[in-house]
Amino acid sequence: MRAAISGDAGAYRHFLAAVTPFLRALARRRCESFGIAGGDAEDIVQEVLLAIHLKRGTWDQSRPIGPWISTIVRNKMIDTMRRRGRKVMVPIEDVIDTLEAEERADNLEHRDIERLLGRLKEQQRDIVQSISVNGTSVRETADRLKMSEGAVRVTLHRALKALAAFYRSDQG
Amino acid sequence: MKTDDLINALAQDAPVRWRFDRVFASATVTGVLIALVVFCAGIGIRPDITSAMETVRFLFKFVVTLSLAVAALGLILRIGRPGLSSGKWGWALGIAPALLVAAVILEMTAVPQSAWEARWIGTNAPFCMTLIPLMALGPLACLLFVLRQGAPARPGLAGAVAGLAASGIAATFYASHCPDDSPFFVATWYPLATGIVVLIGYLAGSRLLRW
Repeated sequence: MRAAISGDAGAYRHFLAAVTPFLRALARRRCESFGIAGGDAEDIVQEVLLAIHLKRGTWDQSRPIGPWISTIVRNKMIDTMRRRGRKVMVPIEDVIDTLEAEERADNLEHRDIERLLGRLKEQQRDIVQSISVNGTSVRETADRLKMSEGAVRVTLHRALKALAAFYRSDQG
Repeated sequence: MKTDDLINALAQDAPVRWRFDRVFASATVTGVLIALVVFCAGIGIRPDITSAMETVRFLFKFVVTLSLAVAALGLILRIGRPGLSSGKWGWALGIAPALLVAAVILEMTAVPQSAWEARWIGTNAPFCMTLIPLMALGPLACLLFVLRQGAPARPGLAGAVAGLAASGIAATFYASHCPDDSPFFVATWYPLATGIVVLIGYLAGSRLLRW
């Protein structure tokens, strides 16, 4: 992560890939205990990754990174749980909620990053998809769109911030 | 989009553009400067400053306001970063109120009861109640900006602490203008003015500081 903060994309990818399984395990466990459909766990993982990304400037590099990540995960999970199931705190409704949660997952549109991507500006969406799904580099994307590399980077950064804001404002 | 794809996108955005402690330092300096400009343009230092400097009551006002400002600023630096407890800075917030209570008790013993009311009401209360919040607005905006970059667990509370720090800064300037030096006055009107700013900070924080 220290290398990543100084701008080493490879080291950063490595770091994110390494924490993801840990985040996934946490998210699944939380979803199970709160009776939320298991498929939503991956949405939580993605939201937490975005939060880690956008708030990484708050990590004090002289301290261990573990507590920092755990706190972000905990805060994000509390947020998500609040948004998704206000009733889950009441024990008697736990069972009912679990039953309903399974129905809900089928009936309602899945609240995932795909839908939020659709709310980005066209150019932002294009750049995010080009770099993420197609795996092209910033350089290639810049060439294709006839933009400068710097402009692509700025657009990417703004798009990621916008995605995090969509997650936050989405009442599920 | 799969999680691996998202990681691709995040990795391409690797360099960090800001560090929390640096944003905090520059925003705090900016906030103090804004308050200073408003102070100089609007009210300025009281004319009898040289004789006032020799009285304990006048100097004591700064001890209170600065201890509030420093404690609240230290706390902001911690609550903006995930994984840190408020620690001793949370306790340090208690210093200013404790000093005020002690000073009020001392003043009660030092001043005859007949003079209490005049000292308590003072001459400047309406100014105190408006000027402190007005001068606090600049620093408050700067500190809310800092906390927006940060990741406070409880947004409303973080905004309220920003309000405390901003009032501490504003009250420090105001204290050098106000001719009312009695702890009776300071313990009544300063906290009321601070309360207004804290409320603004709380309301703004619970809206602006979610992440």
